[in-house]
This record gives sequence, C-alpha cells and structure tokens, in this order.
Amino acid sequence: MKSDIILCGVGGQGILSIATVIGEAAMNENLYIKQAEVHGMSQRGGDVQSNLRISSQPINSDLIAKGGADVIISMEPMEALRYLPYLSKQGWIITSSTPFVNIPNYPDMDKINADLDKLQNVIKIDIESMAKENNIPRSANIILLGAAQKALGIEYHKLEDAIRSIFGRKGEAVVEANIKALALGKAMQK
Amino acid sequence: MARKRLLLGDEAIALGALHAGLSGVYAYPGTPSTEITEFIQADPLAKERKVHSRWCTNEKTAMEAALGMSFMGKRALVCMKHVGLNVCADPFVNSGITGVNGGVVVLVADDPSMHSSQDEQDSRFYGKFAMIPTFEPSSQQEAYDMMAVAFDYSEQQKLPVLMRVVTRMAHSRAAVTIADEPREENELNYNAEASHWVLLPANARKRNVALTSQQAQLETDACNSEYNRYVEGTDKSMGIIASGIAFNYVNECFPQGCPYPILKISQYPLPKSLVRRMCDECESVLVVEDGQPFIEDMLRGVMDGNTVVKGRLTGELPRTGELTPDVVKAALGLPSDETYDPCPDVVPRPPALCQGCGHRDVYTALNKVLLDYENPRVFGDIGCYTLGFLPPFHAIHSCVDMGASITMAKGAADAGQWPAVAVIGDSTFTHSGMTGLLDAINENANITVIISDNLTTGMTGGQDSAGTNKFEAICRGLGLSDDHLHVVVPLPKNMEEITRIIKQEIEYNGTSVIIPRRECIQTFQRHLKQKKNKQ
Repeated sequence: MKSDIILCGVGGQGILSIATVIGEAAMNENLYIKQAEVHGMSQRGGDVQSNLRISSQPINSDLIAKGGADVIISMEPMEALRYLPYLSKQGWIITSSTPFVNIPNYPDMDKINADLDKLQNVIKIDIESMAKENNIPRSANIILLGAAQKALGIEYHKLEDAIRSIFGRKGEAVVEANIKALALGKAMQK
Repeated sequence: MARKRLLLGDEAIALGALHAGLSGVYAYPGTPSTEITEFIQADPLAKERKVHSRWCTNEKTAMEAALGMSFMGKRALVCMKHVGLNVCADPFVNSGITGVNGGVVVLVADDPSMHSSQDEQDSRFYGKFAMIPTFEPSSQQEAYDMMAVAFDYSEQQKLPVLMRVVTRMAHSRAAVTIADEPREENELNYNAEASHWVLLPANARKRNVALTSQQAQLETDACNSEYNRYVEGTDKSMGIIASGIAFNYVNECFPQGCPYPILKISQYPLPKSLVRRMCDECESVLVVEDGQPFIEDMLRGVMDGNTVVKGRLTGELPRTGELTPDVVKAALGLPSDETYDPCPDVVPRPPALCQGCGHRDVYTALNKVLLDYENPRVFGDIGCYTLGFLPPFHAIHSCVDMGASITMAKGAADAGQWPAVAVIGDSTFTHSGMTGLLDAINENANITVIISDNLTTGMTGGQDSAGTNKFEAICRGLGLSDDHLHVVVPLPKNMEEITRIIKQEIEYNGTSVIIPRRECIQTFQRHLKQKKNKQ
C-alpha cells in the first residue's frame, strides 16, 4: 500500500495532531513513514502544510511530487485549494468548510465553494459546528481524519487504536471525545 | 533489542549524539535547528547524565564552550542554523587549526528556499574553507547512525566535524532504528596540548601545515566512506552525482531502479577519485545537490574539460531554491504526472504578529509618534517583530542580521539621520545587540533604541532568553544614564504614556533605551495551560 497525504491549514489549527495519529497507526502497521513539517516563521498565522507519506515499501523523497497526493486533508477550505497542483487526478480532498479569515483580501466564499464543487472527490464538513453540537469542541480536527479514513487506506480500528495510544495520557475523556469525532467523520464518507 | 522511534531529522541527530556519549550541547535557537537542543533538554538519559543543554547567548559562545569541553576530553555538539555559522565563524575556522581533544560535531542546518531565513548560504563551503571533514546525511536513519561515526572520526582525526543538514531533513519525520546500548561519556583528561591550542603565529603556522597535510588522508577516507557510494547503472549516457537528500529525489524518480550510475555523496572532502571514475565512464554528469552548486562548481572549475557537467549552473536545475521531486524529475528529462492547474482564487496568507502580541502595541505607538517627523528611519532586527515590515504596520526600513538594528541606526545617525530608531527583541539584544549599544553609548549617538522584551526567544517557539530580568542592569552597566532608560508595558491602555516617552527620547539628542516589556502571548498561553494542568 502507498498513501501520499497533504495536511494543511493555517498556523495553529492543529494539523500536526492529525499527522501524529496517522503516523502512529502506520507505525503500528509496520509501514514506512516520512513526514515533512513546517516550523518557524510561517507558523505565525500563515499557511502551513505537512507532507505525510506512508507505504509498505521504503520511501525515498520526503516531499510529494505534483500530481502525486492521494488525499488533501485541510482544516480550511481555501488552504485545501492552495495545494491542488499536488493532488492526483483520482485524489480526494477532505476539508473543513469554515473559512479562517485573517487576511483582508480573503476571496468570496461562493468562489471557493464553486472551485471545490468542480472537483470530483471532495468531502466538505462544517467540523467546528459538528464538534460543538456533539460537545467535543476540541476534537474537530479528528472529525476530518475520520472522513479521510477510506481515502487514506487505513483500517478504521487501526485509527481508533492510534487515538487511544496518542491521547491515552490525557485521560479517558479526551480519548472518548476523539473516538467520537472519528466516528462522526467516518459517517460523512461518500 | 533494536527498537524503532518516529523521529524528526533534528531529533534523530540529538538522540544519535546522546547515544554517542555526548557530554554537552551548545546552541542558540534557529530554524531549522532548534529541535535538536530541545530534544536533549527533555531526554531522560540526558537528564540522568546531566548533559549540558542550556541555551547559549549566541553561536559564538556556543562554539567556544564546546571547544572548552573538547579541550577537557569530552564530546560536545554545537547546533545552529546556517547564518549562525557566520556568527561563530572565528572559533569555527580556528578550531580546524587547534584541532580537538574530545570529539566535536558542529551541526549546521541550512535553509534552502529560505523558509525562515535571510539567505541561502550553503555551509559546505565553510567546511572546505576550514579544511575539516563534512558529513551530509541523506536520511533520518543515516543522521542518527552518522553521529556516532562523526564523533569517533573527530577523535581519530583530532579535528571537528561539520555535519550539514537542510530543512527537509531537519523537519521531516521517519522511523529510526535505535542502538541497543548508549555509549558512555568520555572521562575528563588533560591530553590537550597547549602548543596546539595557543594560536600564537609560531604555533599556528605549524598547525596550519599539519592541517593542510592532513587533507589527503581526509579525502582518502571520504573515498572509502560507507556513506559515499557508487551505484552501478547500465545507461552510461549520463551519470548522476547526488549529495545528501538529493539522493532520495533521484531515486524517487526511478521506482523500478535508476538506469544511470549514481554517485551518492554524504562525506567530504569531495572524493575526487569516485568523481573521476564517473566522469570517465559517463558521457555527461548531472549534479543534484540541495543548496548552492558546491560540487558542480568544483567539477566545472575554470578550464574546459571533456566531461559535460549539468546542474544548477546550466539551467537543468533551478539556480536557487530547494530541490523538490518535481525539479529533479524535470532535470532528468522525465515527464510529469498530469496535474490540476493552480486555483486562481487562492490568495497568499503571509505570517503575521499574533493577536494580543506586545510587539503590535510597540509598532502602533512608534508609528503614531513618527507621523510627526518628516523622514524617520526605523532599523529592525531578526525575530517575530520583523513582521512589522508587513501590513498593517509597514514600520521598519531594514533587517539584516542579528543585532544590526542598533549599529545601523548609529551609522545612520553618524551620517546625519534623525530620527534614527532601532527596534530589537530581548534575545537578539543579548545575542548581538549589547556590543553595538556600547558603541552608541560611548559616542552618545543620537539614536532611540527600543528593546521589545517579551521574555522569550519567540520566533523559534519560546525558548529561554539569556538576558531576562537583566536588561536595565545591562544598559546601565554599558554606561546608559537612568534619565534615558525607560520601561513600559505595551498595552493599548498605556498608549498615551508609551507615545509620550518615545517622543521625548527621540527629541533627546543622545542615546536612549526604551524597554516595552510584556510576555509573549504564545508562552503566556502555554504557561497558563501548564498552571491549569497542575491544579
């Protein structure tokens, strides 16, 4: 198996915790992993992305080539589109539908939605509202992960196990909130 | 039993050093090298062994402390970003002349494409310049393994070793197999010979001859290094020289195996015999290296040769910027995958000062005051507050290197500029601003210095700042009068007081320092969370 994933959003939105769960699940499966992250200046409210590659074969490049990503998981709708040239023509976009507006010239949301709707494989979720309604306000990002499960090609229960081991030290309540988020996301899959 | 851990390149380097018997890491934070020292600060083995890991004031103090530890026979690691090597160039270059006693590895993280930097300099030039062995790992596993080899080699050759990585190695995670048993630390010894370490010309000349004569051995070792590898290929129309992580990008392009011979380079001096073999065997050579065309330029030289050398200097690869799988693919003449066009509606999202950040209030106040002057000039410095250049502030006119705000403001004032204002952060001030302030005070230069103190090294993620709680004392110690030393709290409610003081000190004909002090909003929130978790 091979899955090339771009995780993206705005600095501070928590894309790296999604990466940590996928990484843990892949490690438990004895898969090869490479994950390039962005640290430093751009974390201050700028666009951030991480290239995560998992494979049953050894991986060479830390970066994904254009047209090579199987899935883009984005915490922000415009950020999902930023990496479009990296998405494979058969690839999936799993994105939060809520814009993060911290720039004066943020484009019209109708345009962003139209751009996303033009693509074949897109799942847009209002993760913030869904997380609030379900009383798991801090697990919105894990809803996205659940919605990406099939596109990632990782078995659902492996992601559950990874959540248990990653969030275990934060207590059972945090684990349960994230398991619930994962299930909510899973149900949103097409 | 061997076990695997998912580690950033930086973390693999840190763990490799610890397992190689490290006694001290010396560093100043700098992207993309910061996580090495942070890892050691948090590591249980390092704590148990009391491995030195406190941040240094700058890269020069770090390099010199490491030499002191080496002098006493123990192993030391110095970490920095590429431009930090400029700051410690003096002890770094001279460490080739003194040589080492305990092993020294100087880890420099280059930042091609300048993700968080002001230039794209390639540290391999420094390794050649100082005539010391240079290592360039191609994977996280190699980075971990190489650390032990580098320390052993440093002690064997009695020379420091430069290890060069790039952002995509430093900040990329992979599973790394960890050694079973960490090596013990070295014992303190008195083997360092004064005649090697006292660089009087009479001694240094001998050492210079010794270092120069050692070069042939270093090159032979590089030819035989397990990290430099000639991979056979059937198609000799082209050979590929790939250094460090460039090797991975080349292999990525050939999932079924590369038809061309590849020379992987991860240890320098450049192994010339391996290079000659490739040039003899192949009709042309493509040099793929991340950073500047270091190897390519050496191959090309000045004289025309028989070998066709291709790379960054001939346009097969872009002249600047980091390597990517896409540019390497294009250089190899391979077709790209079918891709979507960039979405025209996407706009840039540049980084910005955080909401609630004290630097914002400083710039708001400064901009307000400077409206009253015809041609004010504000000299900025390196840190989060460099973002004051961007909208909405447009507040600074320069940012060159650590500490340059104060000295450039002084030079501008010497030239007749008024108002000349310097804006510098607390950590940058102790790193390289203090000496410049002494110059200014000694001449009572007509400048206004704002030390925007957020009690941390903010841009790199909130590391301890060397001068915290000492800034007034430092300024007084440098000879500044209390009349022109002010501390304010940068909050909107204090705007009237802050603007009044800035105005007053600009009007004063001489050197003055204003210290707006409020904790970084990021570390403040982190500390609040830690407090909450403890309760």
